[in-house]
Amino acid sequence: MTDLRSLASRISTPLILSGIVSLIAIIAWLRGDVVFERVVTVMFINVLLTVALQVFMGNSGLGSFGQYAFVLIGAYSSIWFSLTPEQKNLALPDMPEEWWLYSQHYPFQVAVVLGGVTALIVGAVIGIAFVRLRGASFTIATFAFLIVVHSIALQWREVTRGSRTVIGIPKETSLLIAAVWAILAILIGYAFKESTIGLKLRASREDEDAASSIGVNVRLMRWISWCLSVFMCGVGGALWAHFIQQFSPQQFYLSETFLIVAMLVIGGSASVSGAVVGAVSVAMVSEGMRQFENSWNLARQKGTSIGDILPFQLVGFTEIVIALAMILVLVLRPSGIMGGRELAWPLRRRGSPPAASSESVGMTGATDTAS
Amino acid sequence: MITDLAQYLVSALSLGGLYALMALGLVIVYGILRLINFAYGELVMVAGYGMLIIGRSPWPWIFVAILSILCAVIAALVMERVAFRPVRNSSPTTMLITSFAVSTLLQNLALLIISPRPKVPRLPAVFTKNLRFGGVRIDVLDLSGLIVSIVALLALTLFLRKTVIGLALRAAADDFTMTRLMGVRANMVIAAAFAISGLMAGIVALFWIGNTRSTTPTIGLEPVLIAFIASVVGGMSSLKGAVVGGYVLGFLTIGLQTWLPRDVNAYRDAVLFGIVILVLLVRPEGIVRPVWSREAR
Repeated sequence: MTDLRSLASRISTPLILSGIVSLIAIIAWLRGDVVFERVVTVMFINVLLTVALQVFMGNSGLGSFGQYAFVLIGAYSSIWFSLTPEQKNLALPDMPEEWWLYSQHYPFQVAVVLGGVTALIVGAVIGIAFVRLRGASFTIATFAFLIVVHSIALQWREVTRGSRTVIGIPKETSLLIAAVWAILAILIGYAFKESTIGLKLRASREDEDAASSIGVNVRLMRWISWCLSVFMCGVGGALWAHFIQQFSPQQFYLSETFLIVAMLVIGGSASVSGAVVGAVSVAMVSEGMRQFENSWNLARQKGTSIGDILPFQLVGFTEIVIALAMILVLVLRPSGIMGGRELAWPLRRRGSPPAASSESVGMTGATDTAS
Repeated sequence: MITDLAQYLVSALSLGGLYALMALGLVIVYGILRLINFAYGELVMVAGYGMLIIGRSPWPWIFVAILSILCAVIAALVMERVAFRPVRNSSPTTMLITSFAVSTLLQNLALLIISPRPKVPRLPAVFTKNLRFGGVRIDVLDLSGLIVSIVALLALTLFLRKTVIGLALRAAADDFTMTRLMGVRANMVIAAAFAISGLMAGIVALFWIGNTRSTTPTIGLEPVLIAFIASVVGGMSSLKGAVVGGYVLGFLTIGLQTWLPRDVNAYRDAVLFGIVILVLLVRPEGIVRPVWSREAR
């Protein structure tokens, strides 16, 4: 009976989460509002990126500020493969014609996967070194890596057009494609978390020494989840590149990193549901704030009485609210909105300890593997 | 050639001194709390806007400077009380993420309340002048940075060596739990560390903004990155390491600027942060190994 129950709740989580994504997609599609559709598409890409971050951060317990380096790599490498040579003359005019890369041209979906694979190759190599680090050193190293990739992208004109904006990329990422990839990410993320590797990794999150003492190869587990995470980041970057159509290296830096970290932390990093709930709720709140900001500033320009209440334009208000929410969550409820739990059906019976269960998951996992 | 060398030395010592102060401000908090304070750069920003606002008064510049440094100290103390005290017992990763949020919060507050555009605070006219010793031309800004940084380093050393709070700070950096068991109040030590951190950021801000000549909401980013590099390379767990790291980075920066061709210099950041990753991997304790880590081996 309990087995059936746990099986049902296990399968129900990815179903509920993909259901949420599909529902939002259907609403956006039915409304047929171009602006709303854009917002939802970007939100789905952010769901993908937040789940990608969760795959690594949530399971390993290590913080990474470097994921946007791989989004950047995915975005640029996907356009190397998707653009025709003629389009490259416009988008990447500095790329020499005799380069092998110059003549490459593949369908969009192939280019997206190739973007992920390029990020994976870079990430797999640097990851071998990174997984040796612990705690804050790890985070600083990933942050340093973000800066390294960022400054190389700003200078290497042949492949990125330097600091100038890459233009003329065809719009390929539709609402549907973004939704499908977001759902895929949720399925992959959940399957990974529940897999043996995910279980071992979560055990190492709770107690690294205890996990290795019972034979968990912590570095290898970390490396595998890191590779999966950077691949997903690369895919996210590729999708974003073919949605936004023009971008420069400045759009893959600190404020973007902050946004996905905030989404994950607010939602709760220990579960895939946390990543999805965090990404959706932060995206919704920030979109609402942005509209509020715009209408406020418009009202001020018209010279209505609103202008007298606040003497300044509203800029950066959204970020302030997100940052405040993040600090509040970290102080009051460090395990995030979801508190480490997954959305599941049937719901947990009342009276079971909520937040503690997430902590104990890793520990039980450790003993299971041992026996 | 000799004049070149003299100018190089003064610039490098001045920059190195300021970098050393920045790194010290970061490391003194890290040593006790294991918190890498991302929002440290925003203290420089606070001091910068302090200079802008207080500088509108008719007071002499030196008062403006002292009050601006005070602003940074107060900001550091508030930061500690409001954001970092509640997460003090969490993992270093959680604290780091908290400081990332604090940094974003302060930057955007400045953006909202003051302006996204660069603002020019009042600076003493002497900052743009230079002195001549024989054939050697030396900027007043460089020279004053050199003197102030050395004075600040000496004062801090004396403070840490000769006062009770200084002793408590050094003890806490070595073993915080043991220090608390000895009856030292945790809140007091941590507040002192943050105050010193704010003091360093404030002093650095004077010369940093003396050089950039304007304040923006994102002005703190570069100083905090420099403090990261200097303290990681020098050694996160020792104050001496921070000073060594600061001077090494100062000499390296000026050296690269003077002698490296321009198109290679464009990759300077990539090289510097590549070095950071390398140091973390190969020698995580930095150039200067702390005393206790030798025993831990």
